[in-house]
Order: sequence, then structure tokens, then C-alpha cells
Amino acid sequence: MNTHGVWAIYRFEMARALRTLWQSLVTPVITTSLYFVVFGGAIGSRMQEVGGVGYGSFIVPGLIMLSLLTQSIGNASIGIYFPKFTGTIFELLSAPVSAMEMVLGYVGAAATKSVVLGLIILATSALFVPLRIEHPLAMVAFLILTSVTFSLFGFIIGVWAKGFEQLNFVPALLVTPLTFLGGAFYSIDMLPQPWRTVSLFNPVVYLVSGFRWSFFGQGDVDVGYSLAFTAGFMALCLGVIAWIFRTGYRLKN
Amino acid sequence: MHDPILAVAGVSKTYKGGHRALDTVDLEIRRGEIFALLGPNGAGKTTLISTICGIVTPSSGTITVDGHDAITDFKRARAKIGLVPQELSVDMFETVLATVKFSRRLFGRSGHDAYIEELLRDLSLWDKRSAKIMELSGGMKRRVLIAKALSHEPDILFLDEPTAGVDVSLRRDMWKLIGRLRTRGVTIILTTHYIEEAEEMADRVGVITGGKLLLVEEKTALMAKLGKREMDLALVEPMATIPPDLAEWHLSLENEGHTLRYVFDAQAERTGIPSLLRKLGELGITFKDLETSKSSLEDIFVDLVTERRAA
Repeated sequence: MNTHGVWAIYRFEMARALRTLWQSLVTPVITTSLYFVVFGGAIGSRMQEVGGVGYGSFIVPGLIMLSLLTQSIGNASIGIYFPKFTGTIFELLSAPVSAMEMVLGYVGAAATKSVVLGLIILATSALFVPLRIEHPLAMVAFLILTSVTFSLFGFIIGVWAKGFEQLNFVPALLVTPLTFLGGAFYSIDMLPQPWRTVSLFNPVVYLVSGFRWSFFGQGDVDVGYSLAFTAGFMALCLGVIAWIFRTGYRLKN
Repeated sequence: MHDPILAVAGVSKTYKGGHRALDTVDLEIRRGEIFALLGPNGAGKTTLISTICGIVTPSSGTITVDGHDAITDFKRARAKIGLVPQELSVDMFETVLATVKFSRRLFGRSGHDAYIEELLRDLSLWDKRSAKIMELSGGMKRRVLIAKALSHEPDILFLDEPTAGVDVSLRRDMWKLIGRLRTRGVTIILTTHYIEEAEEMADRVGVITGGKLLLVEEKTALMAKLGKREMDLALVEPMATIPPDLAEWHLSLENEGHTLRYVFDAQAERTGIPSLLRKLGELGITFKDLETSKSSLEDIFVDLVTERRAA
């Protein structure tokens, strides 16, 4: 294994995040704080508890998941898209680095940034609302699993994108709406039929639900489904990436 | 055959749209030589280099780099190659030192500060090591690309149009650098539009056009084999037409009849010059000056490509 190569990509990507520290970490923290002001403060004070959990605390897993999904996709997609855009991809493709090693470097860095971000949002949340984490190991596992899975998804988007518009298309027009409609700010039990059933077709419901379970011991769907979905989506992403490298889709001429 | 460090066998590349960029290319590169790949725009030079380096997947054929298959044993094969691309594709936000160190690690080598320093000094980049690449001139950026390509101490260096768009002084510097690399045993394959570049440096020349490798030849042998010589006679009195008695020499009139040109094969046993001069004397045609010249590699290249297009 080309460990030097993997480490070089990983360090390069982490260094890029440090160069854009404001954009990478501070902005999501400010955004999360604003969510607490609006949802937790203004609306939450008029809401009842959800499943025995105060509304402010209830939305914490959803908020973390919202940032986790968008940042994982954003970090990984820009990581591989930028070399394509600038033409420096030639060096990666001509280097003795396997597909797996390249993915390990890019996705590893993107997932690391997302996990750190998730933990920072968690710490920020603790400043606003009381928090309890019933299954801390499961919480960390979900955090890592989701970050890795959606970084893989972001890597695919970065390879697929032909321009910055396409790069932003999936996070802005697909992931954010699905997260808002995926129970980030409410329990889907609060929805009337048929919307409750419709929501079960939203994949983000399973992510938010599983993550919320690790905090409060309860979720909209069984935690097993959440795990199965995340693992299934990860397998799908890995399959697509394997196909990309086998065919050279939008990487090689 | 000399000891080949690179062997390309039956390599073809057909793009999705049906364009055949490479057509059954066979090529062997000798260890330690400087090989110049010549060809007009769109001939397939960059595609061939990209295919060898792993950037383009060949449709068929095999590539072996120092005994390692470029597909099945790509890690060992690629570790031996450094590539300087035609475009100035380099991360503008990185510093010179960081990007060169990145390249070394990417190619699987551990850090070697002394080597990197020597490399940057050799390329006159050491003083700029902390500068961001966006702050450098075009020529300096090209040097950075060369430093990145050499950072992992490759055995083979591909230079795709290394002096395109650089001034004469820098071009001369590049030539010197290439000469120094060769003395260290690095095999160099370069593509160029500047025939004088190939003429100056190359040991062997390959001519590619339409994706086909037309020929591979020792530069000197090629020039000797295909090179023509010309003899120009500056006439005392301009001539309107060539007398029929001179027909066997296939002369031409240039410079509005002031110059009589004779093109001959320098390698031929009989050049025909003595007999021509005698005949001119018999016909009373006098000249005040005589000048001979030989074809350059550029002339040979143009002839080859023109013949190919006509065929």
C-alpha cells in the first residue's frame, strides 16, 4: 500500500480546510447557533416536549446530521472536483496510487472534517440546551459512519460534476430539502397520514432517527433499519466508485 | 535492440466518439537516451504520453516500464515515471516547497529534504520555496512542474512541450537542465513543436501523425538518410528560363532569376556537381557566388508529414 501517497492526499486536504478555516468550521457553527435562536428559542419555547425530550435538545441530532450531510458531501466533492477543474488531476492519475488509496485520502479527510465539525456543533449545542447521550459509542459510530458514507457520496458528485453549478446541485436541491423533511426538526410521528408514510421513503429519516436514538434511546424507526440503510448506502457508493475507477468515468479521457 | 526501459506494443486508443487517436503504436525507448517525439497538432503525441503515464486508458496493446506492465503492475511502473504536462496545471494556492514535497510523497517516497533542496536549487527555485505558485511567472511555474516531476527521482521523464511559450533564455536553460538530467542517467522523452529542440538534444527521433508512428530513427541517421543538400549559384546575369541542356540536373530558378538552385542527395556516390559546373562553363553561364546548405530536421519533418498527407 502506498501509505505515503494516501497520507499526502489526506494532509493536503486537511491543509486546505485549515486555509479556509472560517468557511470549513466557523460558518457551520454560527449557522447552528442561529438555528437554536430561531427553532430552539423563538419556536421551541412554544412547543411541547417531543417524546419526553425538550424541543431544543430534540433538534440537536437533526442539526448535527444536517451539517454532517452537507459538509461531508461538500468537502469530498470539492476535494476531487478541484483537481479536475485546475487540471492537476493528471498528477493523481499518473501516480502509483490505487483507486482505494485515492478514495482513502480524499474521503478520509472529508470524513475527518465532518466528524470534527459534528463534535463542534455538539459542543456548541451544549451551550444552549441540556444534552444527554444514552449511547455515546453508538453516537460516535453513527457520526463516523454517516460522515464516511456521505463523503463517499460527495466524492461521486465531485467526479460527476462538470461545473460548480452541478457541484452545488445535489447538496442544495436534494440533501438539504430531504434533511429538512427528514425529521431533523420534528418527529415524523407528528405528521398526518399520508405524509408520515411518504416520509418513510426519505432516506434521511433513517439517518436522523438512528442518530437521535443514540442520544435519547428513541427514534422514528428502529435503529436496525437506520444502520442497515446507512450501510446499504455506503455499499452502493463504494460500488459506484469502483465502477468510476474501472471505467475512468469523467476522470480519464 | 539496446536495453529498452520502455516498451509500447500495439497500443491503440479510440475515443467514445470514434476518433482513433493512436493506431497500433509500437515503440521502444532505450535506457538513458533522449527521445524526441515530433508531430503536428492533433497527431497523438500527448495521447501517447498520457496513455503511457496512466492518464488515458488504451483501447488495446501493452506498455511495459522497466519490466513492469503499466496496467497490471501499475504502481511499480508509474513510480519510475515523472511527467511534465504541456499545460501549467499546478495548485496555485500551494507554496513551491509544499507542492514538490506533496508530489514526492504521492509517488510513494518518504521525505528527503536534502534532495528536495538540491532539486529546487538546481532549478533556481530555492529562493522561491515559500512563495505561493500564483505569485510566480509562467517560466517559474514550468520549473515547479519539472521539480514536481523529478521529486520522486524517476528513471524516465516525460516532457510534453517543455518550452512552449517560454522565452529563448529560459528555453536554453531548459536544454541545459535536460542535458544534466541525461548525465545522471534519466531517460527523457519529449514532445516538441520546436524542431531545433529535437535537433539540439535528441539521440533519436520519432515522427507521429494521425495517431500512427511513421518512423523512429537515430537523429543523425535520419538527417543523413532523408536530408537533402542544396547548392545556390548567384548568377552574374539573371536568367529567364533554364536552358534545355541543363534539364538532367532538375534545376530551379529562384530570386527572380538571379539564383540557380540545385538540390542533390548528399549521400549519393555522384552528386552531379562537377558535371553541372562544367556544363555551366560550356554554356557561358557565370556566377559570382556559390552557397550550399543542408536540410534541417524541420525540413525532413515537413516532407514526411506532407508525404503522409498526400498518400
